[in-house]
Amino acid sequence: MQQFVNVTLTGLTQGLIYAAFALALVLIWRSTRIVNFAQGSMAAATTFIALALIQAGYSYWLALVVSLASGFVLGAIIERVIIRPVEGGNELNAVIVALGLFVALQALIAIIFGSSFQSFPAPFGLEGFQIGGNRVAFTPNSLYIFGAVVVTMLLLVALFRFTRVGLAMRASAFSQEVSRLLGVKVGGMLTLGWGLAAVVGSLSGLLIAGGGFVYPAYMDSLIVFGFVAAIIGGLDSPIGAIVGGLILGLALSYISGYAPRGSALVTISALVILMVVLLVRPGGLFSSTTARRA
Amino acid sequence: MTGINVAFGGVLALTDVSLTVEPGQVHGLIGPNGAGKTTLFNVACGLVRPTSGRIVWRDRELTRLRPSQLTSLGIARTLQGVGLFAGMTVLENVMVGAHRHAKAGFLSALLALPMSDKDEKRLRERAMQALTELGAESYAGRYPGSLPYPVQKRVALARALVAEPDLLLLDEPASGLSEDEMHELGELIRSVVGRMSVLLVEHHMDLVMRVCDRITVLDSGKQIAAGTPAEVQADPAVTEAYLGDAVDVEADAAELTHTDGGRHHG
Repeated sequence: MQQFVNVTLTGLTQGLIYAAFALALVLIWRSTRIVNFAQGSMAAATTFIALALIQAGYSYWLALVVSLASGFVLGAIIERVIIRPVEGGNELNAVIVALGLFVALQALIAIIFGSSFQSFPAPFGLEGFQIGGNRVAFTPNSLYIFGAVVVTMLLLVALFRFTRVGLAMRASAFSQEVSRLLGVKVGGMLTLGWGLAAVVGSLSGLLIAGGGFVYPAYMDSLIVFGFVAAIIGGLDSPIGAIVGGLILGLALSYISGYAPRGSALVTISALVILMVVLLVRPGGLFSSTTARRA
Repeated sequence: MTGINVAFGGVLALTDVSLTVEPGQVHGLIGPNGAGKTTLFNVACGLVRPTSGRIVWRDRELTRLRPSQLTSLGIARTLQGVGLFAGMTVLENVMVGAHRHAKAGFLSALLALPMSDKDEKRLRERAMQALTELGAESYAGRYPGSLPYPVQKRVALARALVAEPDLLLLDEPASGLSEDEMHELGELIRSVVGRMSVLLVEHHMDLVMRVCDRITVLDSGKQIAAGTPAEVQADPAVTEAYLGDAVDVEADAAELTHTDGGRHHG
């Protein structure tokens, strides 16, 4: 029983991070119909900026704020300068550009920050809470991860549902041409969308780094998991991305906790789940037929 | 406001066409398939840039008109299809149309400051008002895909009207509508004329004849007639353009009414 609780809690915590990363992919997919393979490298870059600040003696929180802000700027600049020229063209062009960016950013990180493993501090304790004399695998840091991701998601929902800018962003995502005719500054909305997505991506990068090691390619596994989570939910649906992240987090945690030699099976399991979802429900669990047609 | 004057040189889709929409008037643009109606229409909204010619709006020449500038110029248009955002409610669709009237700046809206909150409420109310005017208020919470086509068209019209434009460009608003609905549409167009001018591209002759103050007729990219409905109907060049022969325009009009106006290539 105790193991079940622990495995579940670990799965949920990991799942939330996957969900955040998947959400970043979905945000970009919805606005520009591009799968942003560079998301991981972008998040890694901002995490290294945070690490540099922390190593220079600044607090974790300042580093967090600077890192998220630089994520926004990085996302916005990348959209304006690199993605804009291939937007609306051949899909393959955008994919290749995103992949190139992924490799280039990773190399850039290695050049600037070095390619060795460096430890990244967690803002809260990594020792599990004491419940009824048992220590569970839920730490103060897990609580922080929960809070951070949930608050971010609520803020995004509020932005999209209740603000004029959110309305304009959704309109741009559905039809750029029509939105333009209605006076929406579509270009600005796309830039904003990429910026916001990069903030969410950066957050997931920081959260997964907390209490572990970072190196230029440390986001690589998260890219795979985040991508699978986004596909499970159907790339179009933010809610789907969150549920997909949680499902994947739990599934992978159970596999690694219960299956013999489970931890070695984690990555391959993610890909098996991806294949099954694509075979059974290619649009993802949360795709509605209208969304597909739109 | 002095209206729009579009002129073309060259021998492509449109040859030396001029038309002026007078303030507070409904101006009809008609012609057989392929006459260049939609091309001219697209010039007026900046989707097609004329090879030569001038577009004048409120005494000012618009040299590099882009679609995104339209609303700030006080021009709104509807699309030949309905072009509603599928994943947004009817009310939200209309709210996008009222977008330019929001006062709060970009940043305060992004940060959802109190000022922007009030703004948001006003926007919602205006959108609701526009829907009420078109009798579509009961659909506010629905998604466009679940609504019958005529209702979707009304919502699209509400979305254009909510911007309170000075010039409303209507691209085949009657396509896909029944006789009764077309009648309602005609009355609606007449009722908004007090507030704005209308440029109407339409296949349905009786609608055009009923609601327009002035009509321009195109054929093969050339302007063949212009004037009041009565003048245009009496013009032999118009009859010839439609049937290539001298035939009663009434019969011609009746026939056109029955053909589907949904597809045409301007």
